[in-house]
Amino acid sequence: MRDVAVLSFAQSTAARETERNEVEILMPVVREVIAASGLERSRIEFTCSGSSDFLQGQPFAFVMALDAVGAWPPIRESHVEQDGAWALYEAWVKIQTGEVDSALVYGFGKSAAGNLGDILAMTLDPYCVTPLWPHADSIAALQARAWIESGKGSERSLAEIAARNRAAARSNPHAIVSGTETVDELLSRPYVASPLRAHDCPANGDGASAIVLAAGDLARSVSKRPAWIRGIDHRVDPAALGVRDLTRCRSAELAAQKAGVARDKIDIAEIYAPYSHEEAILREALGVPDTASVNPSGGALCAHVMMSCGLQRIGEVARRILSGEADRGVAHAAHGPALQQNLVCVLEGD
Amino acid sequence: MAELCGIVGIGQTKLAAKRVDVSMPGLVREAADRALLDAGLGWADIDAVVVGKAPDTFEGCMLPELYLADSLGAPGKPLLRVHTAGSVGGSTAIVAASLIQAGIHDRVLTVAYEKQSESNAMWGLTISAPFGVAVVAGAGGFFAPLVRGYIRRSGAPADVGIRVAVKDRLNALKNPYAHLHLKDISHEMVEQSPMLWDPIRLLEACPSSDGACAMVLAREDLAQRAPTPPAWIHATAMRSEPTMFAGRDAINPEAGKMAARDLYAKAGITNPRREIDCAEIYVPFSWFEPMWMENLGFAEEGAGWRMTLEGATALDGDLPVNMSGGVLSSNPIGASGMLRFAEAAMQVRKQAGEHQIEGARRALGHAYGGGSQYFSMWIVGSEKP
Amino acid sequence: MVEPVKSIVTPIRLEYDYTPGRATSRFLRGIAQHRILGQECPSCLKVYVPARGSCPRCAVPTEREVDVQDSGTVVTFSIVRVPSENIHFELPYACASILLDGAGIPFFHVLQGLAPEEVRMGMRVKARWVPTEKLGPTIASIECFVPSGEPDAALETYGEHT
Ligand SMILES: [Zn+2]
Repeated sequence: MRDVAVLSFAQSTAARETERNEVEILMPVVREVIAASGLERSRIEFTCSGSSDFLQGQPFAFVMALDAVGAWPPIRESHVEQDGAWALYEAWVKIQTGEVDSALVYGFGKSAAGNLGDILAMTLDPYCVTPLWPHADSIAALQARAWIESGKGSERSLAEIAARNRAAARSNPHAIVSGTETVDELLSRPYVASPLRAHDCPANGDGASAIVLAAGDLARSVSKRPAWIRGIDHRVDPAALGVRDLTRCRSAELAAQKAGVARDKIDIAEIYAPYSHEEAILREALGVPDTASVNPSGGALCAHVMMSCGLQRIGEVARRILSGEADRGVAHAAHGPALQQNLVCVLEGD
Repeated sequence: MAELCGIVGIGQTKLAAKRVDVSMPGLVREAADRALLDAGLGWADIDAVVVGKAPDTFEGCMLPELYLADSLGAPGKPLLRVHTAGSVGGSTAIVAASLIQAGIHDRVLTVAYEKQSESNAMWGLTISAPFGVAVVAGAGGFFAPLVRGYIRRSGAPADVGIRVAVKDRLNALKNPYAHLHLKDISHEMVEQSPMLWDPIRLLEACPSSDGACAMVLAREDLAQRAPTPPAWIHATAMRSEPTMFAGRDAINPEAGKMAARDLYAKAGITNPRREIDCAEIYVPFSWFEPMWMENLGFAEEGAGWRMTLEGATALDGDLPVNMSGGVLSSNPIGASGMLRFAEAAMQVRKQAGEHQIEGARRALGHAYGGGSQYFSMWIVGSEKP
Repeated sequence: MVEPVKSIVTPIRLEYDYTPGRATSRFLRGIAQHRILGQECPSCLKVYVPARGSCPRCAVPTEREVDVQDSGTVVTFSIVRVPSENIHFELPYACASILLDGAGIPFFHVLQGLAPEEVRMGMRVKARWVPTEKLGPTIASIECFVPSGEPDAALETYGEHT
């Protein structure tokens, strides 16, 4: 495998972008990430993005995004209808073929333009489940309940996770919510879908994020300390909730194993967990040690821009490696009802 | 250096206006099962699955690959979902091939589908933003002005589009999977069909179809052991450009020309017309055949229509185009690009039955999408590059 | 043998808050005042109408606003004879790609006031606005375009925009 590194990361998140459209949100993010990469725009050989038409309510939403990236003269470009983390995976694969040495990756979405909880019902079995219109919070609550019933944790554990993320988000300018509440204060609040309370559910927002990747020598030539991708893998579980053990996440376990999370120490973990219990399930699945700092950004609980959020997790880990704050970290992205699909990326400094 | 990749299994469903006999999982499974059968492989032999389809709004299912994971044998494996507008079927195959070429996987299943009958795709295409007015209905409304521009620019005789429409429907009669089997197709029949988006007549436009296409791709040593000799991937290329900008040539887009140049350079081709034996290209409206002949470098600019008139693109011509009957005879949008890529592979594997081109050793598969701005293409051969 | 279920109907209704964006908002505010505002690319100097906030060719933001005329030339067109739920014009009708005077790219609108077979490339046309009291921040404030009566423009003046 070729060495591939993250050179730079940029992001934009807001509770609601009522003035800017997707192109206007994306354009400064793309400019920033390219400027920070040390590469000229013309030296970036491949572009790959992740987004979902259903977030915009319009087909081909990603087509207009080309306006933001400088697609003239024409570029080598691809798009996944998945989180930007999978776009990063496709770009990493492209670099592995040897056809290109660098890539621009971005993910964007307006999770707050529609009612995300209802929209996500469209990801379920269209014949037997979608017609019931289960809300995303309710699907997550089924998993949270199963997790609590299995004895792995309690509602108090959920509140502890939420409290830690909300406190961490205070130092993240891109967080949508943050707080200093005690666990008891959080536990006194009403349920949204028991056992989940509002702080156990994602703070949905609008935004975009972008990363520039480069292969070995090119990365070394422009960066003193690139964030090397030492392992990346993604796996999917069966769709039906009834056939999965909801108290664990097999596809994340498998992806973590393939990505080599356990090969060395982990300083930091950024886990895509829009619901509190998901962080606990994933922490176990990924094998994140207790010594690691988990979601120092405040995570998806405090800023959830679907289609960008997973790429942001990779960016948040990479950012800390680029700055020398951490040496080795694991980033995670997820998709689908009750964590059906999972991607794991291990990053290291030199 | 990239690994060599071979196409060892190809499957497609019967393409039809409404496949009410199968669900969405049933549809993709039909194509995937056939591809595995062709490859002589089972589900356990597959390392990863790459799915492609056009907008999710067409069926009203968001990220449908998640729901389809089981029917695609994906649980426990990597599952990627590509969407690059109309070119998606081609791009999906290229992404799947890159997983082999990068040395990441040994065997990859790639599937593209559309089940347009489950929703109203025309409506899905014409959703207009607030503060706007919907002025064009469907893709034809967008592409008709480009066709008019081409006719004006090239001075092509008015019946070129009709001839392409007749040729492709005659070819479709030789393809049991094709959606349209118009047994009495004729010049008069196309000419007298209703004008939908002037200058595009009903029979000069593609139908709306349900269908899926699947391929199994494998690493060199495994491909060599396939029960039917593989189609070897000689080159792939993708290019995109913005929808509109001042000075954009949407009739002969630079992205298509650039992708073709890149493709030929990688495949070591200097004279595409002579060195490529047949081409399966994305022609949703008949006039796009001459337009793409120019864009792909098979004809000089302004002369693509002569190839049609001279019969060069017919099954017995020097560069047969759309042997399967093409998009004009079947258009399950998300799968259409992959069907083009698969037909090219079938030709060099001698699997094309009645529409087989004798001695086809090197074939081009082509797809485009958006406002003629996304292009994907590949060249496959019966021999290793 | 169970009778197969061949179809079920699931009505879907999802509501979205649509954000036109800053550049398009400015364009729409202009329309409400009977003005067609474009934006000039600082790099290639082409004027984009409607303004999109960027020049996709140069990948730079566009800010300088420029008034363009409500008259222009038909660059290419199509006669639409296909009904669609979202379309409110009587069939058949002409939709045209119109290069407004002062603009660098054509935009789409509907052409009325003549028989569809009389529409031709190079034809000069003019916007027909709704009455002033009905003007609003929507492209529907321009009802349609109609022939202006001027002689046709030469192909050289608009050919690059086909
Ligand atoms: Zn410009």
